[in-house]
Amino acid sequence: MKTASPFLELDSVERVELSFNGELLHLPDGSNLAAALLASGVDAFRKTPVSGAPRAPFCMMGACFDCLVEIDGVVQQACMLEVRAGLEIMSPDTTGAFDEPA
Amino acid sequence: MNRRDLLVIGAGPAGMAAAAKAVKLGLTVTVLDEQPRAGGQIYRDVERAAKARGAMLGKDYVYGASLAAEMRESEIEYLSGSIVWAIEDGFRVSYTRDGSGAQIEADRILLATGALERPMPLPGWTLPGVMTAGAGQILLKQSGVLARRAVLVGTGPLLYLIAAQMVRAGTPPLALVETQTRSDFIRATRHLGGALRGWRYLAKGLTMLAAIQRAGVPRFTGATDISVEGQDRAEAVVFTCAGREHRIECDTVFLHHGVVPNVQAARSLDIPHEWRADQACFVPQLDGWGESPVAGVFIAGDGAGIGGAKVAEIAGRLAVLKIAEAAGRLSVKERDQRAAPLRRMIRRELAARPFLDLAYPPFAGALAPVDETIICRCEEVTAGDIRSAAKLGCLGPNQAKSFSRAGMGPCQGRYCGLTVTTLLAGANGQTADQTGYYRIRPPLKPVTLGELAAMSVTEPVGKE
Amino acid sequence: METDYAIIGGGVVGLSVAWGLLKRGLRVTVLDGDDGSFRASRGNFGLVWVQSKGMKQPRYARWSQQSAALWAEFAAELGHNTGLSVPLEQRGGYDLHFSEETLQDTVSKYEVLKEALGGDYPYEVLGHNALRKEEPHIGPKVVGAILHHQDGHANPLKLLQALADDVRRLGGHVLTGKTVTEVTKTDGFQISCSDSTTVSAAKVVLSAGLGAAQLGPKLGFKAPVRPQRGQVLITEKLPKLINRPSLIARQVDEGGIQIGATNEEVGRDDRVTQPGLSGLAAEAIAAYPALAKAQLVRSWGALRVLSPDGLPIYQESAEMPGAYLVTCHSGITLAAAHARLLPDWLEGHQNAPDLEVFSEDRFALS
Ligand SMILES: Cc1cc2nc3c(=O)[nH]c(=O)nc-3n(C[C@H](O)[C@H](O)[C@H](O)COP(=O)(O)OP(=O)(O)OC[C@H]3O[C@@H](n4cnc5c(N)ncnc54)[C@H](O)[C@@H]3O)c2cc1C
Ligand SMILES: Cc1cc2nc3c(=O)[nH]c(=O)nc-3n(C[C@H](O)[C@H](O)[C@H](O)COP(=O)(O)OP(=O)(O)OC[C@H]3O[C@@H](n4cnc5c(N)ncnc54)[C@H](O)[C@@H]3O)c2cc1C
Ligand code: FES
Repeated sequence: MKTASPFLELDSVERVELSFNGELLHLPDGSNLAAALLASGVDAFRKTPVSGAPRAPFCMMGACFDCLVEIDGVVQQACMLEVRAGLEIMSPDTTGAFDEPA
Repeated sequence: MNRRDLLVIGAGPAGMAAAAKAVKLGLTVTVLDEQPRAGGQIYRDVERAAKARGAMLGKDYVYGASLAAEMRESEIEYLSGSIVWAIEDGFRVSYTRDGSGAQIEADRILLATGALERPMPLPGWTLPGVMTAGAGQILLKQSGVLARRAVLVGTGPLLYLIAAQMVRAGTPPLALVETQTRSDFIRATRHLGGALRGWRYLAKGLTMLAAIQRAGVPRFTGATDISVEGQDRAEAVVFTCAGREHRIECDTVFLHHGVVPNVQAARSLDIPHEWRADQACFVPQLDGWGESPVAGVFIAGDGAGIGGAKVAEIAGRLAVLKIAEAAGRLSVKERDQRAAPLRRMIRRELAARPFLDLAYPPFAGALAPVDETIICRCEEVTAGDIRSAAKLGCLGPNQAKSFSRAGMGPCQGRYCGLTVTTLLAGANGQTADQTGYYRIRPPLKPVTLGELAAMSVTEPVGKE
Repeated sequence: METDYAIIGGGVVGLSVAWGLLKRGLRVTVLDGDDGSFRASRGNFGLVWVQSKGMKQPRYARWSQQSAALWAEFAAELGHNTGLSVPLEQRGGYDLHFSEETLQDTVSKYEVLKEALGGDYPYEVLGHNALRKEEPHIGPKVVGAILHHQDGHANPLKLLQALADDVRRLGGHVLTGKTVTEVTKTDGFQISCSDSTTVSAAKVVLSAGLGAAQLGPKLGFKAPVRPQRGQVLITEKLPKLINRPSLIARQVDEGGIQIGATNEEVGRDDRVTQPGLSGLAAEAIAAYPALAKAQLVRSWGALRVLSPDGLPIYQESAEMPGAYLVTCHSGITLAAAHARLLPDWLEGHQNAPDLEVFSEDRFALS
């Protein structure tokens, strides 16, 4: 999931530790969470519940919901959050459906 | 419950200017905005970013800091990070802040919720690495994050602005793949007179283009058959230009073909909308002050019809004049006197629009995409699914939604609504007005059940 | 005559009946409203439900049971014909209780009904611990549940879509965007719409949901149906959380949790309200506490089509023989019966179901 980042970061702000799907990351404190994850090389934030296709931020303004991540059991938009130390971020699990599709 | 004379939703130029004006006229005002920082889309996070990157972003951007400061310094209750999810009669507004629900009541409401980028469904547009151009600009403005190898695809002044900002930041885009054609330009020249009256915009545009050219960014115009290729992320943009197929490898694709009003809040109040052919979008019905047929609900800024940041700011002040008059703070005469110069300014600011709308029309290939293209990103519904729904008798988006699931995901139709209307209108041989739009209902944005339950004062409303 | 049957109203009731008639080789024209019409068929809760139906009228309980028993085959046939799946799960459903008293009270009523049905009412009572084995996410406030084995749930929108598709495939004419304004009878029936479309038909079925209240009297019906609002919630798609449906919540085939529904007498107002949403959310969390962290992504209000006693109305017009009123509150549950059994009644076959108790004669003239 993590590659050499296609993004370049201009600012050098103090970094704090958090995790994404269990992997430790050091991201600029107080910066936009979706931007910071992208800049750190996270490619796909989640998989869609419909087809399992990978998704990453699209609009960066809270409108498209492609940047969804799960924090403390609540699925939220990463582009509307700021980086804080200790966040445990996960890709949402959305696999519920009928047991035996009729 | 807290009751205010005026509640403003949105702290972009329209909302910030309106709130500051309203307080000066003696009204009690609360501003709610879902972003953690003031500024709206154009002046995103301006108070922090102007300090860090003002030079790169230009003085039009830095100007926004003065609006934010004016709002901050007055008696306004500004609640950042407040997501409005329901507006009900009375008016009672429900919102989420810091993970819990709250409500506020107000005599009047100003919706200043701005614009969204026009959906641009193309094959491959859901791949990671494909973003809106506005998103690229937000990454740059707010976070100082730049795409190293990006291609800009689409049309319009904002595309040039972003390209110019990227050039200034030292990471010029690999190419501009533009969809407008020479004949669009020729058609637009009959509005050149207006454009010259709005010469400031033209001059700015030419300066930006020159900077892009100087940086050696290749430009392709009149591009068609555009798609994004890639396995698990964007790897290349493919398109046809002047009869030849091109393929440009890249990591990031920024799409843009204009902005359209964000109608979610207005629609949720059943405010009637009509189709504006020149801007190819729905706009709310408003009087000359921005008041809607739902008395007491005003709309200003790009949410009322696309006019840009300056018009948004002035329209916010104009709306407040009627609000203040209705609240007994201004006489009708005072109101009208103060409005006259504002109206003149709006006319001047809008002078260049007819030229721009014709010179940079939306990309036809994305207004009515080919059958296989996903048009609803949330539920992964294709253009073909919508055309099939039309064959099953769906005349409008609400029937099509129940058959296709388009518009049922968390974005609530923000990025498929206009496409679905356009596709159904085409398939049924009807106008966009006849076809209509999604019925928008609360919650305007998702809200946790726990938060909702915590707002429950009574026993459940009654059950079978 | 252009058609054997004109069906006024293309919701789940009208389309189910149309489908059944087409399968018998009859010609059918369906007239349906526009994108903004009130449509219970696209706002309902999707239960194929037996328990608690017909507590005072065993014939209704029996009719619901008959339909539930026909559902799987009906859904399979629609799926086979159209290539669209109509998801259905019939592994029982719960009536959840938060107090011992209401649980006991309901059980004693079920016993009376069971007796009247000759013992064919397969339910069992689960205490909290037994229920917890079935539903690991059930909350401590739920004292127990009645598990009725004839209950289940379906995807009502997929049902509607498959019906809309198959009715056309079978040669039915469906005209949407129509408002029927007049029906007259000379030789046969003449049906006129506001846009001056006319259809002539040998027989007419009025299945216009709430629209029947206005049109009914023109055809000699009382048609005493009224709207009752139900607000419904649906969450984001979640991992498996709920196994069997209840009136409080169910996990739909796409993964979201659907929560319902209020019962509000507010006329033709189908808006949602914050108190409505909050009340439903609170109840759902009481039943399944894990839902507190789930995001509500959509909600809606829809209007039930209710007769004074909540039971269906099946009535041939005395004034205009050949015109039939067909309306019910549980159109999803009854879809299979409407498709498979009602055509015999409309056609006057000798093996037609006895629907006498559902005649509108049971209501006093208002
Ligand atoms: C991504 C993007 C980038 C743009 N960049 C430029 C640019 O560089 N230059 C330019 O001239 N124009 C730009 N525009 C056009 C822009 O719309 C206008 O210039 C200007 O921002 C409009 O101002 P406004 O006050 O109407 O709305 P906005 O500035 O868009 O402000 C609307 C505010 O409402 C808030 N909001 C919306 N819904 C809710 C809700 N439910 N609850 C709480 N708050 C809510 C948003 O958070 C936002 O802060 C851009 C547009 C977009 C969409
Ligand atoms: C909140 C809620 C939850 C429910 N839950 C369940 C459940 O779990 N299980 C269950 O079995 N049932 C449930 N129901 C009930 C079920 O949805 C209805 O019984 C069923 O949808 C009724 O279908 P209908 O076709 O009669 O009405 P509708 O779906 O309302 O259709 C009527 C149609 O008639 C058309 N029409 C009206 N007037 C005219 C006219 N003049 N000319 C032409 N066309 C006209 C309209 O356009 C409309 O399409 C629920 C209902 C609600 C509201
Ligand atoms: S990127 Fe679109 S909502 Fe976050």
